[in-house]
Amino acid sequence: MIRFEHVGLSYPAPGRQPPASVLRDLSFAVPEGAFRWLLGPSGAGKTSLLRLMYLAARPTEGSLTLLGTEIARAGRRQLPGLRRRIGVVFQDFRLLPHLSAFDNVALPLRIGGRPEGQIRADVAEMLRWVGLAGKLESPPETLSGGEQQRVAIARAVITRPRLLLADEPTGNLDEAQAERLMRLLHELVRLGTTVVVATHNEALVARHAAPALRLDHGRLVTHG
Amino acid sequence: MARSKLRPAGFDDLGLQRALSDRLLPFLVAAMAFLAALGLAGAFAAAGLAHHWQQGAEAALTIQVPDPGADSAAPGLSRLERVLALLRADPVVTDARPLTPGELDALLRPWLGTDAGRLALPLPAVIAVHLADPAAPLASLSSTLGAAAPGTLVESHGVWVRRLAALARSLQACAAVALLVVAAVAVAVVAVATHAGIAARREAIEIVHGLGAADGYIAARFAGRATRLAAIGAAAGALAALPVLLTLAGLAAPFGGLAAPETEPSVLAPAGLPILLWLALPLLPLIAAAIGYLTAQVTVRSWLRRLP
Repeated sequence: MIRFEHVGLSYPAPGRQPPASVLRDLSFAVPEGAFRWLLGPSGAGKTSLLRLMYLAARPTEGSLTLLGTEIARAGRRQLPGLRRRIGVVFQDFRLLPHLSAFDNVALPLRIGGRPEGQIRADVAEMLRWVGLAGKLESPPETLSGGEQQRVAIARAVITRPRLLLADEPTGNLDEAQAERLMRLLHELVRLGTTVVVATHNEALVARHAAPALRLDHGRLVTHG
Repeated sequence: MARSKLRPAGFDDLGLQRALSDRLLPFLVAAMAFLAALGLAGAFAAAGLAHHWQQGAEAALTIQVPDPGADSAAPGLSRLERVLALLRADPVVTDARPLTPGELDALLRPWLGTDAGRLALPLPAVIAVHLADPAAPLASLSSTLGAAAPGTLVESHGVWVRRLAALARSLQACAAVALLVVAAVAVAVVAVATHAGIAARREAIEIVHGLGAADGYIAARFAGRATRLAAIGAAAGALAALPVLLTLAGLAAPFGGLAAPETEPSVLAPAGLPILLWLALPLLPLIAAAIGYLTAQVTVRSWLRRLP
């Protein structure tokens, strides 16, 4: 499902400075249908690791295999199809401000080519499930932070992805909503989805014990 | 529960209705279409003139016979009658007709005024001649006529026609270059507008890209918007050019009339515009739409290549 072999990631630095290395020599595997916490202090490289996993960046070193595809060898045309099998909940939600909650959640389905007539029921049901049944046509700017986060979660899971990545998905949720989200994530795992959740919420991690990938200064310090 | 409406195909999920302005781009494309319409009119007019001149005058001669009423070497024939007899006997000549005094007056009026006929000037007779073959050699005809009526001048229109035709062709080439420049500027305008739209919607593009949209999906959104705006702009520009073209056609009508309009009814259409121009004007929005579509596709796809 996910296999990192001596993966490194560097970003180009301005001028003649050497590239800035943010991830170094990462090797681990996450099997299909597994749940992993992604832990570490701020600046440890959690977001960069997630960026590799949702294909916003390619490794500058080593080998990354996602959903059976070796990313370094994959052509650019293969990546959109892979991305459509990956759901992502961003820390800053990344909702499209000019679209309603309904259209934000429908977006992955439309991109995937789902006929318009089949979209409405699924999206409405998903928004009802996250408690936003009355806000289908609301633009993000009229929603609270927690509501926007729930729209982002609905968008990430509407396609029933094979891999779900979440960056601080409970940051704007109250405890009840966070627990509800965790039940959804475990349900997805039970259905075969691999889930990786980056968080600082130690209490949440303690309540939902699961293997963890712990990063520090771009290196993997704990796996399992 | 609020019922969400079904979205149309090509739903504006990138918010391009705001990002790709529906004012500036159509206005600029309209200006390009306006210039293109003028360029097309110039090209067609030059082509029509070239055709007209070549068809009407290349096979024509003008022959001046000085002192036409004097006796010639042939008994009982004046110099004019002798020249006419020789011309009509020549198999290359299909028609030889002396201009009437009225026609001569009309020819001289620009130089001598309305009293040309009453002036005591020794005017030559002028014979309009049409040849069966424009390329027929004139040297022997000229020497024959000169021997029969010394001082007779044979002036071929062909040389002037060829020069005028070359001028018309160069005008056509200028119009074609102008059209190419207009098309290139239109491409640049659409490319700049598309880049501005990309800059305005960069975050949305990256989100949609991250959700698995292929380059073609994103490029199609931009191309659809650019196509519509370019087509609307070009239609407006072509319509705006029409009254100008009709006015110009009205101003140029006397020249067309002098060029024997009855010989080419097929190249003229209502309001005096060439029929090809009437056919080309409705094509401008289609061509602008194609330019908008292709330019936006290429611009967006090129930009997207910087994303992983």
